[in-house]
Amino acid sequence: MTILLAFLAALLFACGTWLLMQRRLSRIIIGVGLLGHGANLLLVTAGGPGGLAPLIGADDNFGRYSDPLPQALALTAIVITFGVTAFLLALGFRSWQITRDDAVEDDVEDRFVALLNQEQSAAQEAAESSSDAPDESQSWEGS
Amino acid sequence: MIVALLALHCVVGISAVALHHRLSRWAFAVAAVPAFVTLVSLATRLRAVLDGEPIVEEFSWVPQLGLSFVLRVDAFAALMVLLVSGIGLLVCVYAVGYFSHPKPGTGRLAGLLTLFAGAMLGVVVSDHLLAMFVFWELTTVTSYLLIGNDDWSPEARDAALMAILITGAGGLAMLAGLVIVGQAAGTYQISELATAAPLSGSAVTVGVICILIGAFTKSAQVPFSGWLPGAMVAPTPISAYLHAATMVKAGVFLMARLAPALADIGPWRPLVLGVGAATMVVGGWRALRQHDLKLLLAHGTVSQLGFLTMLVGAGAYDVAQAGAVLLLAHGAFKAALFMVVGIVDHQTGTRDVRRLHGFGRGWTPVMVVGVVAAASMAGLPPLLGFIAKEKALDAATGDEQFMLVAIVAGSILTVAYSGRFVLGLLGRLGEPDADVVSRDAPVPGWGLVAPSVVLTVFTVVAGLAPVIVDRFIRASTTSLYADSHPANVKLWAGFNTALVLSGCIIAAGAVLVWRHATVSAAQDRFHTAIAWVPSNDRAFWGAMSVLARSAKHVTATVQNGSLPLYLMVILAVAALAPLGPAVSELDTWPAIVGDVPVHIPLAAVIAAGAIGAAVVRRRIAAALLLGAVGYAMAGFYVVQGAPDLALTQFAIETLATVLFVLVLRFLPRQFEAGRAAVTVPIRLAVSVAVGVSVFVLALVASAARRDVSQDQISGEMLARSVPDGKGANVVNVILVDFRGLDTMGEITVLVIAALGAVALARATRGSAPVENDHAGFARLPVVVASSRVLFPSIVVLSLYFLFAGHNQPGGGFVGGLTAGAAISLRYVAGGVTSVRESFRFKPWTILGGGMVLSIGTALVPLLSGRSLLEHSSIERDVVVLGTVKATTALPFDVGVYLVVIGLVLMAFEAFGDDVAPDSGSGSVGSAAP
Repeated sequence: MTILLAFLAALLFACGTWLLMQRRLSRIIIGVGLLGHGANLLLVTAGGPGGLAPLIGADDNFGRYSDPLPQALALTAIVITFGVTAFLLALGFRSWQITRDDAVEDDVEDRFVALLNQEQSAAQEAAESSSDAPDESQSWEGS
Repeated sequence: MIVALLALHCVVGISAVALHHRLSRWAFAVAAVPAFVTLVSLATRLRAVLDGEPIVEEFSWVPQLGLSFVLRVDAFAALMVLLVSGIGLLVCVYAVGYFSHPKPGTGRLAGLLTLFAGAMLGVVVSDHLLAMFVFWELTTVTSYLLIGNDDWSPEARDAALMAILITGAGGLAMLAGLVIVGQAAGTYQISELATAAPLSGSAVTVGVICILIGAFTKSAQVPFSGWLPGAMVAPTPISAYLHAATMVKAGVFLMARLAPALADIGPWRPLVLGVGAATMVVGGWRALRQHDLKLLLAHGTVSQLGFLTMLVGAGAYDVAQAGAVLLLAHGAFKAALFMVVGIVDHQTGTRDVRRLHGFGRGWTPVMVVGVVAAASMAGLPPLLGFIAKEKALDAATGDEQFMLVAIVAGSILTVAYSGRFVLGLLGRLGEPDADVVSRDAPVPGWGLVAPSVVLTVFTVVAGLAPVIVDRFIRASTTSLYADSHPANVKLWAGFNTALVLSGCIIAAGAVLVWRHATVSAAQDRFHTAIAWVPSNDRAFWGAMSVLARSAKHVTATVQNGSLPLYLMVILAVAALAPLGPAVSELDTWPAIVGDVPVHIPLAAVIAAGAIGAAVVRRRIAAALLLGAVGYAMAGFYVVQGAPDLALTQFAIETLATVLFVLVLRFLPRQFEAGRAAVTVPIRLAVSVAVGVSVFVLALVASAARRDVSQDQISGEMLARSVPDGKGANVVNVILVDFRGLDTMGEITVLVIAALGAVALARATRGSAPVENDHAGFARLPVVVASSRVLFPSIVVLSLYFLFAGHNQPGGGFVGGLTAGAAISLRYVAGGVTSVRESFRFKPWTILGGGMVLSIGTALVPLLSGRSLLEHSSIERDVVVLGTVKATTALPFDVGVYLVVIGLVLMAFEAFGDDVAPDSGSGSVGSAAP
């Protein structure tokens, strides 16, 4: 790992993060792609400096081959990122079909919960000013 | 035997719940069976148990963790079993009469009661703390269901909720305490706990407090006693059983069990004595104020539970012996009293003393039972309750001054509220202007009265001739305190301090009963004066509403609905949390470029592409810049010595670019300037933080790798690839052999992603045509012609990658992606129809077939008794090709290949269009926006 590569991975992550926090799904997808590249870069460079392709037979000294394990991991990651991208694109496509846009809107349920809370606290305050809490009626204390 | 009894309760309980519509009140007759069987089997083994030979059954569960299911019935457990099953049997008989006009849910009560009885037996006979805890929680749950059985009534639901919240919270505290104590003692076996080395330390102190909180909530001790009076909304047989005789004794039982081992630990005795004394006095005081006979008994139960807590928790054998007698006496008289109240309620429709004016002639047996049981509660001779109180006073006279004072004060109140109960029952507290309902109330049938008579006869006989319980009580005491020598249980223990105190208590109580009008006026004045103190109910429901309100408030603030904001918080935490420790590890700085100068141009392309993709405003431009990053990454993989990665990346980049174009052509050309979820400076700050964090982590991680003496895993994989994996391409061998299971998981993810994408994209296609301005695209003759030639050759190349992949760069993933590139060529030439034509099978068939092939190959070795994914190989001489080696890794890889092809086909199926029917020629139209 050289400083150049570490910086490159950091840059990919930073750009991916920047895109991820946007409202447009297509930008988020690009961001996921960049994050994937950054992660693969980290994986492969974590395996140490490059070397011979890990095809046994070229050299008897195993130390001269590049590390195959991170490569297998990165290969898996590349393909998975592709699958995820396809799925996210389908999401964007569907969003366009329904809303003619690919904006990631606020979560409706969460907004609803927040609104409900406001309404309820308003109603509760109104109720409390007129009468006491309903739980009073079933007090067993007899006091 | 014990396990069979527990199972019997479980089976009968569940069947009764299932069949409750048919059985109705006769379900209680069914519920009586397990109780009866338990009593009979206890009777057959009782002699040995009382001789100090407990019944032990052990079932190993997870021996490595020391988890075993140990059941142990010693004399004290047998005493509890007698209470649980004996009173359970009588309550069942009583309930058949009580529910003479059953409501729809009545039969369910019987099933739940049986399940509860089983759980309670489990608490009593478990010798393992955690097993005991499981049964303990089951009693909480069944009690909740029993209280709330009348689910149309809001009061029942509230009372049930309050009970489960208080006892459930206590149970959680207790679990923590049990684990702390179990770990400290090195054993979870209750029987070993007593003989283990004495515990000490602050952790054990906390553990003891937690356990006591659990026991206090269950046994309704102050300040957790509020749920028990509330639980009186349950039908009276249930109250008589759970909330007088059995469940509330679980806490007392636990304290009795653990006191020999834990009583000497700091907070145990002060807590047990303080809380017990407060409960005894407060419960008695409250009982004295009730007009509802059942509530009077409920508060009386709270008071008696405080008494029991002091006795069994004190940690001395003579006091504990008094506790054992009181357990038995209280179970008998309190259950009988509840049954009497239930009879009154059943026949007259009221339990309010102000509306009772005495009963007719046929009621004499009921009145006798009520008076005798109340006398036992008050501790009048010659009843069992008197013996229990005498024993307690006698044991406390020594050096338990505090306990003695509390017992005397509490007992005076007990005499007073027992007197109030009797006066109320006999109609002396009836108010003249209330309707007279009791005088001509119908006489209850024998089925209703008999169970309480049995209990009362026991109270009297055991009082007159305590010898019948003497052996049982002494054996119980010795089973708790092994080297103790408990005295005999006697009615006449001589003329001693205890007797004098008893006399004083009865006299003082009698005065309170005599002057009851004055007393209640004084009580009213006192309660008016302290009206500002919130009652248990108000405090509980107030706390609940504060909790609910603050939860809503927090939810509304923290979860405002903006997904980018959530993401920002998550990313910021993920970036900043590890940064501190990572920076402290950062000691050496590596070279800036190293000895691979070609990295510089590649890095320049990647950096430029990434920044460009992040800032451009056109969608397609961003996608193409992402592609540029991908191709540069492929170049980097080549330099790094990873040809498989490079091939994969190339193929993926091609496919991904096609996919992006397919989808993005629908969307507006530019990113609109919508309202930002997170402002630019914050977004920039989080992005930079993530970047810095990754930078530091990358340097630290690679430095950490240098510290490892040798890379065991990779070295071994390189060494074993040819001999074990039969392949020279180590990356491929890892994918299909060494880490084959991961690959199986991965292709499953791919299949799911592909199915999801198609389902989403084609959701509306069946019904209405997709409304878009790009209705297909035109056919280009040049492309069509060249694709005819290129398609088969690329497919052949992909097959080469697939088959050679075990020894050369390639493999299932690379092969599949290459074929995918060929498919995209077909698409460009002839739209999705052309793609469909190029394969005989449907995309999902190929996708699923590949997955079945891979998983099938993985499973085959299991048939011959080998492990999952174990590959075998064959080596044959073939005429033309020479020596051919083949391993079963090949079909696995073919499966992977098919899944990837399926994924690509599905993607085109999802997003692809057909060639416009009327445009045989013309511009490319929609392929590029």
